[in-house]
Amino acid sequence: MTATLSRRSAPSQLVGARLPKWAPLVAAAVAIAIAIGLRFLFSWTGWATTTVTAGVLFVLILTAWSFSVEGRRRAKDRFASTMIYACFVAAVVPLVLILTYIAIRGFPALSVSFFTHSMNGVGPDDDGGGLYHALIGTLQQVTIAAVIALPIGIFTAIYLVEYGRGAFARAVTFFVDVMTGIPSIVAGLFVFTFLLLGLGMRPFGAAGSIALAILMMPVAVRSSEEMLKLVPRDLREASYALGVPKWRTILKVVLPTALSGLITSALLAVARVAGETAPLILLTGYVSQINMNPLSGQQASLPMMVWDQLGKRTGNSGAIGGPWEARAWGAALTLVLLVLILNVGARVLAYAFRPKAK
Amino acid sequence: MATTGGTDPMTDERPPDATSEHDESVRAGVFDGPEVATSGSVGTVHAGGPPTADAFGISGSSVRRADRIFLGLAAGSGAFLLVVMAAIAAFLIWKAIPALTAQSPVALLSTQSWFPGATPPVFGIAAIFFGTVMSAFIAMLVGVPIAVGVALFISHYAARRAATTLGAIVDLLAAVPSLVFGMWGLYFLIPKTQGFQMWLADYFSWIPLFNAKPRDANGNPVLDGATGAPLALTAQQYGKSLLIAGIVLAIMIIPVVSAVCREVFLQVPTETKDAAWALGSTKWEMIRTAVLPFGRAGMISAAMLGLGRALGETIAVALVLNSGFKINWVLNEVGGDTFASTIALKFGEASGSKLGIPALITAGLFLFAITLIVNTIARLIIARKKEFTA
Repeated sequence: MTATLSRRSAPSQLVGARLPKWAPLVAAAVAIAIAIGLRFLFSWTGWATTTVTAGVLFVLILTAWSFSVEGRRRAKDRFASTMIYACFVAAVVPLVLILTYIAIRGFPALSVSFFTHSMNGVGPDDDGGGLYHALIGTLQQVTIAAVIALPIGIFTAIYLVEYGRGAFARAVTFFVDVMTGIPSIVAGLFVFTFLLLGLGMRPFGAAGSIALAILMMPVAVRSSEEMLKLVPRDLREASYALGVPKWRTILKVVLPTALSGLITSALLAVARVAGETAPLILLTGYVSQINMNPLSGQQASLPMMVWDQLGKRTGNSGAIGGPWEARAWGAALTLVLLVLILNVGARVLAYAFRPKAK
Repeated sequence: MATTGGTDPMTDERPPDATSEHDESVRAGVFDGPEVATSGSVGTVHAGGPPTADAFGISGSSVRRADRIFLGLAAGSGAFLLVVMAAIAAFLIWKAIPALTAQSPVALLSTQSWFPGATPPVFGIAAIFFGTVMSAFIAMLVGVPIAVGVALFISHYAARRAATTLGAIVDLLAAVPSLVFGMWGLYFLIPKTQGFQMWLADYFSWIPLFNAKPRDANGNPVLDGATGAPLALTAQQYGKSLLIAGIVLAIMIIPVVSAVCREVFLQVPTETKDAAWALGSTKWEMIRTAVLPFGRAGMISAAMLGLGRALGETIAVALVLNSGFKINWVLNEVGGDTFASTIALKFGEASGSKLGIPALITAGLFLFAITLIVNTIARLIIARKKEFTA
């Protein structure tokens, strides 16, 4: 026993055999070589099949190799790790593909005139036109939705965190959770039955805002709630100890402390609904002219413009590959950029408004 | 006066928006909180003798009144949310009544077509219920394991610095509009996967789910006139199938599900994980014995959140499915409808007939009921789990 505990042989006794560090690389190289061989053997077209085959072979080779050298437990561990890495790749590849694809398709359409013109009098197969009318509509509708939803959302969160206890608070929490799951089209249908069927109104921009507000409220409540909960109780108690009334404590201590978080959650809630299309189909209608008044008359929006350009609203689009297609992608890319700006802006503001250290 | 926030078992779930960074930034900041607390009018207390409410120029009764007004605003907002929920249910039921009573309930549930304008009206939810459940099921089957894998990768495999960035990117992707997913599915995924769908039909047609064939109006395979053998579809005839809709939905729910799972996995107590390491676990054994059991309730809630998304998704599905109003178990054949896509696609022509709109509201009512049930079950599971683990 003492003889085997020399410097050289000790690790092998205590750790057991391990694959060398370069083993995954070798396995990958072998898998790719075999897959390419199979590709020419069976004359596969395209690279999708080859890539998938190489991936499967890599997992098989590495696991089998590990099983023969390292044993059952290490092989399982390697297999699980490989699958978790594969999951990440499988999730990120389509998402990257989507963003690249929309950038490639949408970018050529973007120009100054695209941003400064409406679609007034421009048919699906006509060149020109732009998204000015839709951009105005989206900005107005989303702003109105935020003005309705955010105060209610934040006040509800204040209630749940600062006052809430008992059956009523539990009911509110429960229904906020359930409300998060309301499909956007159902929110749209509700406003449709209420305003348009019930009160006999005609489609108008702010009707869409109300549906968006319904979708925004639960998101705003949940995220504001999390932010308010992060405010330490010591701060509140210090304030109470100074004789400050509760409402004043909330207004002057709790909210300023949570401000950066609240701004972030508000902007993220806005971003979440900015791209919603489904309720707008039912509520706002679509016109190709500029309508500056969200309270009267049909109003365009970016999602509805895409929907219209794709020919889904009227049932007939233009010729395949016509100018309508470029405009649809251009409007969709603008919408994505808007959402991204809101998201990045939320993070920047959160950083700028964070409670400052002395 | 002490607050009860945080002690309620049902308020402990974190929404996907609450990323760890914000938490950290707020948490880091609030320890410097006294500076915030003593700034402004509160600071005058120190200067002005005994700390009473009078220091703010407010007397006792008005303090109570202001407090009551503030409580009223806060509780009123909460009550407003409950009223909205009740109103949604009430208005949908009310306006769906003409369509609900136009046919026998059996016909409404079993009919596979959508002609509310015909005389007599013929429409039913059988096919759209099937399409909704099937596409959401495929999305869950594909999306949830991948999402859990992504969450594990970000929380336990990626380097710490990279993990924050990757988490932020995944959060960002959750905000990409569904319209964009639909357009990508229609213009990129469908043309690129025709070969894959054909491959499924060529090699897995022994599984009935993938046995795609050209079919006549009754759903029977079209036979070759000369040989009597069933014809095969060409690659161009594959496309807008429930399988593709399910895959698009899976891609859409992955960011949402993985964001929630990641938050849960990050909260696994270090002691539990260290205990597993100390017993000589491999990384996978540590995850299987420490991380996954801790995160089970959170994973279920995340999956249910994703299921709710998948069931109610409208625009992406409307773009990548070909309406047919037939129950078709062959997943790689063209056709399929969901509640949400039917409402969006049939809305334009609905106002032309008396029952058009009520029929769509009926579809919306069913969708509302289904998502309500799914969400309620999810919440109950979480609440029960919490009781047992607490």
